[in-house]
Amino acid sequence: MIEATGLRKSFRVGRGRGATTVDAVRGVDFAVRRGEIVGFLGPNGAGKSTTLRMLATLIRPSGGAATIAGVDLLRSPAQVRRRIGFVAQASGTYDDSTARRDLVLQARMHGLSKSVAQELAVGAIRAFQLDEFADRKIKTYSGGQRRRLDVALGVIHSPRVMFLDEPTAGLDPPSRVRMWQEVRRLREEGMTIFLTTHYLDEADSLCDRISIIDAGRIVAEGTPSDLKREISGDVVAIDFAATDVADGAAGDLPAATKLLAEAPYVHAAEPVDGTLRLYVDSAATAIPQIMRALYDRGIEPGAIEARRPSLDDVFLAKTGRSLAE
Amino acid sequence: MKLVRDTWLIFQQEVGLMVRNPVMVAFSLAQPITYLILFAPFLKVVMVDRGASSYADAYRIYVPGLFVAMGLFGGLFAGYGLLSALRAGIIDRCRVTPVSRTGLLLGRALMHVCLNVVQAVVVTLVALPFGLRVHLANLLVSYALLSVMVLLSTSISYDIALLVRNENSLGVLVNTVGQPVSLLAGVLIPLVLAPMWIQRVAVWNPFAWATDGMRALFAGQITQTVVWQGALIMSGLAAASLFWSSHLFNRDVS
Repeated sequence: MIEATGLRKSFRVGRGRGATTVDAVRGVDFAVRRGEIVGFLGPNGAGKSTTLRMLATLIRPSGGAATIAGVDLLRSPAQVRRRIGFVAQASGTYDDSTARRDLVLQARMHGLSKSVAQELAVGAIRAFQLDEFADRKIKTYSGGQRRRLDVALGVIHSPRVMFLDEPTAGLDPPSRVRMWQEVRRLREEGMTIFLTTHYLDEADSLCDRISIIDAGRIVAEGTPSDLKREISGDVVAIDFAATDVADGAAGDLPAATKLLAEAPYVHAAEPVDGTLRLYVDSAATAIPQIMRALYDRGIEPGAIEARRPSLDDVFLAKTGRSLAE
Repeated sequence: MKLVRDTWLIFQQEVGLMVRNPVMVAFSLAQPITYLILFAPFLKVVMVDRGASSYADAYRIYVPGLFVAMGLFGGLFAGYGLLSALRAGIIDRCRVTPVSRTGLLLGRALMHVCLNVVQAVVVTLVALPFGLRVHLANLLVSYALLSVMVLLSTSISYDIALLVRNENSLGVLVNTVGQPVSLLAGVLIPLVLAPMWIQRVAVWNPFAWATDGMRALFAGQITQTVVWQGALIMSGLAAASLFWSSHLFNRDVS
């Protein structure tokens, strides 16, 4: 449904001689099949939004090619617009308007007649449960209500492909869960969904497949479980920043990192934000060895935890940085 | 045809939003009416040697000037609305639909035209009790001239807004441009009272031609050449400026 090859975007920053070129997206390839929910996971500034805005015809790619619902993005952007819906990070609604007015306007901008637009607005208000506040000014809406309206606006014309830029950024947990339900419902209605997120849990539970993007490049791609399986074994996280540890424990982090990185039962040791993450075959057998090694050096860890690898571990392994930082 | 439909669609939306905010519309009238009541009487005194023997004369000279000032500044600040719509993502949301790009801009500009004409009608009505008398046909032509003027100033504001992309620079530029242009158009005090060098500079100010045309209309001299000259200059510049802002607006998207 979406196919991109070598998609690039560079921006000129500054003017005249002081101008520099910033490569926001450095050539990404990916494909999204019909009915899939695919996510771009990456930190802010990784090039997620830029990629999405290129696919949504808002900015012109500097290079590469893409086909969306069978239409060439560069050659026929106008045809692409008929087949896609887009929900930007910024809400894009008028504060003084109402949900109903904006829904009707949106449908009419897609070329529909007033009566059809009004019918579609009624349907969208019902489907997204906006009834309670549909005729109130948008500035009185909560974050979650507003976001539901944004998505309702994006799909008013029943597009085949839906682009969502950070659909749940800034929402409280119940609103996020609700938004996930809406996204799954759209998929059940036959839409193909492409979204960006910097939330690990969102990528994990909502997306069928994810592409991890960092500094304008895709560094890993696959289903969340496949990606996590790539990191074989378990993760042991040792917390040196826990509050109940005597002063100076945080200072032990570099020493512990050095010590354990060389241990034969540890594949990799990565310090993240006061915590040491150790990648091991089996936490059950590694933990006693780790404890013994630390005690021999007189290092007392604050807390120790064993868990299955998360997407953040995948991100850390691919980029050397943690997304959770 | 699509351009007309989409322009009308955006125009309706923008006007609808404005009507929902009547307090703002009322406030936008405060300044012109203040000038009308507190400044126009000065002209009766100043222009006494130039044929302003009554309040009616003073208002016949001042109201057209006020129209130009309103048309100029009302339009010049339109860029703020465009920038806030861009920032809020409203423009992006519209641009992902097949709606006409030029229509997005033109519908907004026409909303400012509509707002300014409404203000001009209110100003006219307020000036009537002070003795303003003007032929209805001439008045309607002056509203048309005002409309073209607002299209010009609005699109100039859009040009600046799309180039600088931030409210502070827009504010500074608009004031720097607007003040000399309005003074050199004689919107407050007619240029006949100005020293010669100012009159020579003002020949190059398109808004001075529009002001002269507007005053001729209020003086009942619709056949004066300056009426169509002013209208022609305004129309030509408005078309050019609109073309340019639509180019800037559509840049980077097709």
